[in-house]
Amino acid sequence: MKPDLHVLGPILALVALILVGAAMNSNFLSAANVTNVLSRSAFIGIIAVGMTFVITAGGLDLSVGSMAAFIAGLMILVMNGLLPTMGPGWPLVGVGVGAAIVAGLIAGFLNGFLVTTMRIEAFIVTLGTMGIYRSLVTWLADGGTLSLDFGMRTVIRPIYYDGILGISWPIIVFALVAVLGEIVMRRGAFGRHAAAVGSNDQVARYSSVDVNRVRMLTYVFLGLLVGIATIMYVPRLGSASSSTGVLWELEAIAAVIIGGTMLKGGFGRIWGTVIGVLILSLIDNILNLTDGVSPYLNGAIQGVIIILAVILQRERKAGG
Amino acid sequence: MKHLTTTLLGAALATATALPAFAQETQVIGVSIPAATHGWAGGMNFHAQEAIDRLEEVYPELDFVLATASDPSKQVNDIEDMLATRNISALVVLPFESEPLTGPVKAVADSGAWVTVVDRGLAQEGIEDLYVAGDNSGFGRVSGEYMTGALPDGGQIVALRGIPTTIDNERVEGFEQAIEGSGIEIIDMEHGNWNRDDSFTVMQDFLSKHDRIDAVWASDDDMAVGVLAAIEAAGRDDVQFVLGGAGMKEMIARTRDGDPMIPANVTYPPAMIATAIELTAVGLTSSAPVSGTFTIGSVLVTQENAEDYYFEDSPF
Repeated sequence: MKPDLHVLGPILALVALILVGAAMNSNFLSAANVTNVLSRSAFIGIIAVGMTFVITAGGLDLSVGSMAAFIAGLMILVMNGLLPTMGPGWPLVGVGVGAAIVAGLIAGFLNGFLVTTMRIEAFIVTLGTMGIYRSLVTWLADGGTLSLDFGMRTVIRPIYYDGILGISWPIIVFALVAVLGEIVMRRGAFGRHAAAVGSNDQVARYSSVDVNRVRMLTYVFLGLLVGIATIMYVPRLGSASSSTGVLWELEAIAAVIIGGTMLKGGFGRIWGTVIGVLILSLIDNILNLTDGVSPYLNGAIQGVIIILAVILQRERKAGG
Repeated sequence: MKHLTTTLLGAALATATALPAFAQETQVIGVSIPAATHGWAGGMNFHAQEAIDRLEEVYPELDFVLATASDPSKQVNDIEDMLATRNISALVVLPFESEPLTGPVKAVADSGAWVTVVDRGLAQEGIEDLYVAGDNSGFGRVSGEYMTGALPDGGQIVALRGIPTTIDNERVEGFEQAIEGSGIEIIDMEHGNWNRDDSFTVMQDFLSKHDRIDAVWASDDDMAVGVLAAIEAAGRDDVQFVLGGAGMKEMIARTRDGDPMIPANVTYPPAMIATAIELTAVGLTSSAPVSGTFTIGSVLVTQENAEDYYFEDSPF
């Protein structure tokens, strides 16, 4: 069987990057560096899995970065606010986690409601909510930074830095989300419905797919995942500000597209998205680990590699 | 509403007290600054608002208009609106960027109003009446001098830079000049963009790349937060200290309390906007001369003087 570049493209790009990284710095494949890269990929990765469903169903969500910043701010405020009554400890962490998940679900529902029931373009809706959440977090922080109480920070820290058998929690959660996402996309009726809606919503409607319900669920699911990503993010530095999560939406969308999901909808691939996320974080990591490239050019190199990764998978179509 | 009341009250008071001689006219000072999009700007917004509230009490004959802009073109609009609709007698402006703001600020100066420029200079010299300047190369120099004092036998350090701008270049040049010939070597330098998350990532990678790092010039307190978290997570004890900058209150507090990882700080006070507004008010209401350049030096903060640089209410 002839190897299919459409499938192999992102994998080849990832392997090439790993080889380049290993050749340039001997510490690249060390356990510490691999853990660092995978843990920091988790935020964008968890969000990108949800974004894959939204894009597959023909939608788009530009608000996820701001939403993450807002939820992070909210989570910190809730925990700081209840600290005097509950005291530092895991029950309070539970409340913070609950707040983040509820806020994520509500934010996702709002986006979905405006897109489906109010019939506004997803681009416009989420451009609007993006501005709203970004302003709200700036306002909550009074222009500065919201910081979690120091005692609480020690309690919550293990969520980012600890794990089981040397694998940190963000990596475990990212892996679980990705595997579940892959199963739902491949095997579940929901994955098929999302692809049907994204490829042609009229036909989907005639095939008795509840188009609005499917679209709504993709946004709610993405909101939930933004909440989960925030739960991983807050323990890292214990703070949120208006500069939290800037451009996460574009990184997530780029990862989804690098992975082979079609931007116009109709086809989605979760494992491809995971590879896309890893490609993006590896580029940053390799640029930091090597000398000789002016840091001014980091963005240009990222851009070239993103475009190359996508060209690799388009080749088959171009060749006929 | 508050502005309006102050104006009316001010006018009433002025009329009541100065009736026989002349009715004093209310003068308007426009203040145009970037919005609070990061920690330092948040502190600057706080100090601007505080200075305005205080000066409105002190000078009933002055009225203030404060506008915050999230990008240069919005700031241009703000300034044009102030000139067209509020008839300002003076403008205090912290330009978002030098080039795009030069024309509009010049138009204000040409209209006869007093112009005070803060922190970032305009692209053309001689437009402003008063320039309240932060000293970026001084900021780098003071940081470098501290570094050479703290590592008398030299050493290997890494440096984090801000968003690529003139400000950042001047700071780094000042720093490099100060450590020249001291035996301190900058083994790596990357942009952390004055951002906690970016600097966390960059520092993690520096720690993977280099087996020995004696100290870190984080050059900013937000970046120092990310750097400290990365060092702590890696469990490395070769890094002796981290030098941040700008004087964030949490960091000043750690220096004050004798944290060995944060032995010092270098100020770049966001309160310089208050200096500018205050001097402008003095210039408008008295005969004291305030034109020229007022440079606010960057000061080294250590455990001894940290208490003087700790501002409880400021968000930064």
